[in-house]
Amino acid sequence: MVEEIGTTADGDLIINVGPQHPATHGVLHLVITLNGETIKKVEPHLGYIHRSIEKMCESLSYRQFIYVTSRMDYLSSHINNHGCALLVEKAMQIEVPARAQAIRVLLDELTRIASHELWWGAMAMDLGAFTPFFHAFREREMINEIMEDTCGARLTMNYILPGGVLEDIHPDFVKKTKEFIALFKRKVDEYFELLTGNIIFQNRMKGVGILSAEDAISFGCSGPTLRGSGISCDVRKHYPYEIYSQLQFEEVLETGCDSLARYLVRLREMKQSIHIIEQLIDNIPEGDFQAKTKAVLKLPKGEFYQRVETARGEFGIYVVSEGGTTPYRIKFRSPGFSNLSALDHMARGSKIGDLVAMMGTLDLVIPDIDR
Amino acid sequence: MFIVNYIKEVFGALKSLAVGLRRTMFYFTHHKEIITEQYPDNRATLKMSDRFKGEVVMPHDEKNEHRCTGCTACEVACPNGTIKIITKFEVNAEGKKKKAIDKFVYHLELCTMCNLCITACPSDAIKMAQTFEHSVFDRSHLTKVLNKPDSKIMEGVE
Repeated sequence: MVEEIGTTADGDLIINVGPQHPATHGVLHLVITLNGETIKKVEPHLGYIHRSIEKMCESLSYRQFIYVTSRMDYLSSHINNHGCALLVEKAMQIEVPARAQAIRVLLDELTRIASHELWWGAMAMDLGAFTPFFHAFREREMINEIMEDTCGARLTMNYILPGGVLEDIHPDFVKKTKEFIALFKRKVDEYFELLTGNIIFQNRMKGVGILSAEDAISFGCSGPTLRGSGISCDVRKHYPYEIYSQLQFEEVLETGCDSLARYLVRLREMKQSIHIIEQLIDNIPEGDFQAKTKAVLKLPKGEFYQRVETARGEFGIYVVSEGGTTPYRIKFRSPGFSNLSALDHMARGSKIGDLVAMMGTLDLVIPDIDR
Repeated sequence: MFIVNYIKEVFGALKSLAVGLRRTMFYFTHHKEIITEQYPDNRATLKMSDRFKGEVVMPHDEKNEHRCTGCTACEVACPNGTIKIITKFEVNAEGKKKKAIDKFVYHLELCTMCNLCITACPSDAIKMAQTFEHSVFDRSHLTKVLNKPDSKIMEGVE
């Protein structure tokens, strides 16, 4: 623990970024030791938004605890809910109808696009480019409207229940999604045009925040952060859940190891998500959207683990059950926490102006780090 | 060679800026591509989606009757303790005692709109309303009693 203000014995300056700094997303508090403009050390201080979600879940039933996970990584709340439902279904051996599986995957990918879009806009704003934020939010609004029609909420969906989904898709869902895809394909190219080639942006991203493949693995990074270092780690490919094994999509890999590589991974992932949606949107199977489940869900005695690929990386749920209606112990493995731990290593030796760019490409969501 | 590269870099940079600016100019001259909702000026025409989860309400028919039997399934299903049902005993026409709701207390300030109470309800007594302007000056206004005064249970709902 360093002192939070003043200078060290070596004459290095200690400054605080956050917890309410506008350049950070949410309440992230970084204590930075600076030698001139060069970063010597970055120490994240957590706990400002800790809600003890894991402990809360111990007193909630297996239907109720799903809604809490929406409040963790709120940008991919649907995927978090999905993981929890999968765990309960795996433990209780509930067969999910094919229609529910297709709907879940469709909405997962829409959530992923929405999350990446918000990241793209917010990251560009961190670097001082204001226009991309509005471009990104304009398209994100269309996804939000699709979500609002079908799930009834824009951010914390709570649409997935163990055994299926809450309601059947909205009659307009297919039409609206098709409209969105047709438009969004053009817009992704527009994103590249607007920002990727820009010389100021390139200079601020290329070679900044180098995270080698070995380091990324040792810090436990996952998702686009690890794929930007050239390691194949997509849970949808390696541990396929639901119908991902039947779908055609490629795992996006970049070997640059720097901020630009992580940026490109996310932008290209949006295109892959569209590709997945295109395969499914005309082929949603007919049938039930909800399997018959018991009124009270009881998991058998034992330990269960389920992982899903959220927009930020691997989200894991570990449940120890004593056979009752509530979990004995629950543990969430959130992608943001591990990704944040790599920040200190990335930032050491670089200039303070680059810190925001590095944080931007890690795509941090603070309630996910601080559960 | 250094000079040539330097000049190339400068012109390349200028070109990259022009490409981005072209996008900006496109939207500057194409107003129809811009979508901004003029809230709250459009409140009269603004309509939320049918499934939007705004708050829990209890629909009453024209005879001031609801469908709630007071079984407390929603109270059990709620993860936050949002719903509290206070029951009473009513004497019906045949002289039998029957359980009925006195007050269906709903704490909007605790509600997370997870929809679990509505899925749990066996008699479709409650549903989600599409309201969204919930701000009040005092938080005590957020605690609501959903059944109307002197309302009764509908015939045939068990």
